[in-house]
Amino acid sequence: MYKITEKRPLTRNITLMRIEAPLVAKKAQPGQFVILRATKDGERIPLTISGTDTDRGTVCIIFQIVGATTRQLNTLEEGDCLADFAGPLGKPTELDGLKKVCVVGGGVGCAIAMPIAQKLHDMGCEVHSIVGFRNKDFLILEDEFKACSDKYIIMTDDGSYGEKGVVTAPLKALIESGERYDMVIAIGPLLMMKFVVETTRPFEIPTTVSMNPIMIDGTGMCGGCRLTVGGETKFACVDGPDFDGFKVDFDEAMKRTAMYRKFERHAYEAACNLLNKEVE
Amino acid sequence: MPNMSPKKTPMPSQDPKVRARNFLEVSQGYTAEMAREEASRCLNCKHRPCVSGCPVHIRIPDFIAQVAKGDFDAAYDIISDASNLPAVCGRVCPQESQCEKLCVRGIKGDPVGIGRLERFVADHHNAQPGKKLKKPVSNGRKVAVIGSGPSGLTCAGDLAKKGYEVTVFEALHLAGGVLVYGIPEFRLPKTIVQKEVDNLIALGVKIETNMVIGKVLSIDELMDEYGFEAVFIGSGAGLPRFMNIPGENLCGVYSANEFLTRTNLMKAYKHNALTPIMHAKKVVVVGGGNVAMDAARSALRIGAEKVYIMYRRSEEELPARREEVHHAKEEGVEFMMLTNPVEILGNEDDFVKAVRCEKMALGEPDAGGRRRPIEVPGSEFLLDADCVIMAIGTSPNPLIKSTTEGLETQKWGGIIVDENGRTTREGVFAGGDAVTGAATVILAMGEGKTAAKAIDEYIRNKAK
Repeated sequence: MYKITEKRPLTRNITLMRIEAPLVAKKAQPGQFVILRATKDGERIPLTISGTDTDRGTVCIIFQIVGATTRQLNTLEEGDCLADFAGPLGKPTELDGLKKVCVVGGGVGCAIAMPIAQKLHDMGCEVHSIVGFRNKDFLILEDEFKACSDKYIIMTDDGSYGEKGVVTAPLKALIESGERYDMVIAIGPLLMMKFVVETTRPFEIPTTVSMNPIMIDGTGMCGGCRLTVGGETKFACVDGPDFDGFKVDFDEAMKRTAMYRKFERHAYEAACNLLNKEVE
Repeated sequence: MPNMSPKKTPMPSQDPKVRARNFLEVSQGYTAEMAREEASRCLNCKHRPCVSGCPVHIRIPDFIAQVAKGDFDAAYDIISDASNLPAVCGRVCPQESQCEKLCVRGIKGDPVGIGRLERFVADHHNAQPGKKLKKPVSNGRKVAVIGSGPSGLTCAGDLAKKGYEVTVFEALHLAGGVLVYGIPEFRLPKTIVQKEVDNLIALGVKIETNMVIGKVLSIDELMDEYGFEAVFIGSGAGLPRFMNIPGENLCGVYSANEFLTRTNLMKAYKHNALTPIMHAKKVVVVGGGNVAMDAARSALRIGAEKVYIMYRRSEEELPARREEVHHAKEEGVEFMMLTNPVEILGNEDDFVKAVRCEKMALGEPDAGGRRRPIEVPGSEFLLDADCVIMAIGTSPNPLIKSTTEGLETQKWGGIIVDENGRTTREGVFAGGDAVTGAATVILAMGEGKTAAKAIDEYIRNKAK
């Protein structure tokens, strides 16, 4: 079974878990994801892999408690088992040949951005990391980013930590100051990725984004995760989750993400009542 | 003396008005008396035309003779010599175009209700606790089966009976493939699929769920590192097709696969399910196959007020089973034939609000012999809808092909095999929808059976 070997809160509503899944740990690459069910009869949700330990056979996941399922997941403790854990799914982020990259992470998206920054760093690539959070309480993975970044900039919406403002401000400043990136890799909320792409487009810097749409099976079977890329329909689970940011139709993706918002709100409230535990 | 009634013994079923709002099984099956009465309609013909119509060649007259006698266990043994999933096939096989089509009684009147009898025998067996199958003695040879749908389960069962140590790898969290994610509860209760899977486990078959082969392990690794001497690929045709018309990515447009997976596998229709599904009022299902019927009838049960089947040819050409069409009509699904959607329109939040359609007429027959639908100029009209389900077919999933060197496929994705299910890679066999593209449960089972025989021969020859 998929035992939780470690559980640690990173902030009030972001949790890190290490899960025993040796086969997944052996194969996983930065950028790939798993589909899990916390309990039998639970929902299948995709979560990006934010690290592996092949010796211990564990896979690290970091999740924000946003809905009924992540809430349910957060009630499990060390020693408990997840009902299901399938992966690694999707294509790994393509990093070959990169010499200088700016990694932009937003919120819990940093959990995916960090292993990418780490791998780039291990490859000998110069890594600039820009991360953004709502405020100081939401900050995660500061030490990990510092360890693998040649430059590390923290932005918060309210200025309670790092600098006040959005991630695109320092990104634009760095580019304009003459930094020549082979690629910008952006992972975070759709709106953030959309604005990163609008920032890099005039400079024609290749920009990869990691999409995280609604998904069920994760193997290309349902098409629920489809999005429009360069005018063509793509399935994020098998064609992605990484795509050329210049080609992604973000507006459509944002609307599709909202498809079950009403239901999710209701399920989340039901779960809150059921668990009667204060989160956020 | 055979029962000479020209009509099949009727099978009780739920009232259409009631069943259109619940997920309980539509047809309720024969009682022992009904089964014996129907079995006595069989003439036990010498030339046994029905058997040649069965893709897995069940000895039909023999099992029916046992039913007529009232020895249902003997009947079960005869069926299970040939079929590993009788309770499933008795429900979802297109008997009218296979065994029953060739039945002599069908010349004047109804053919013998072979499917109904098969279902009865299997259900009777499954209802008896402690009727465990015996695990055969292992021959120590390992075979991997990829996919736990009809072809994979059949192949696994046949090999296990021969003593092979079979492991079935399933990508989803539950075994059964299309039997659990695709075919709805009201047509095939999931407890029945689970029983059939349990029967295989009793035979010694191991089932590993959450294993996406091609990702977590490759076929090469299974053979080189895990000691599997042969691999059967039964990964199905899971890739949904879309029409590529404007508006297809609006909220409220589903592939039939997604709609059915949410409903069947994830039980989204249940009040307390964590998996959401849209509770649409007006649903347009595009397509005319069995999957379209399943989606339409599921939509009704979830609470839709109006459900349309939109098909570009006429009712004559509907590829779905007659029985499914009949059931759908009884339940209130409206059939909009010779109509094709050309655009899906959304509201300000990008939720579906209408479908722009055009009328079609039938022209000359195409390469496949079916009359080609052609647009009627100036026939466009708008149809109000808040949900559209695309049920226009699926293609084989490319995941395994793209990670297995030397495995040749057709241009459209089907794995290339010879008549025994051998692929272009030594020791690798394939069958079911992964080879043929979307077809029926029983055809997939037939191919799983053929491949199991070929795998047995392959391994025995190798051993020499």
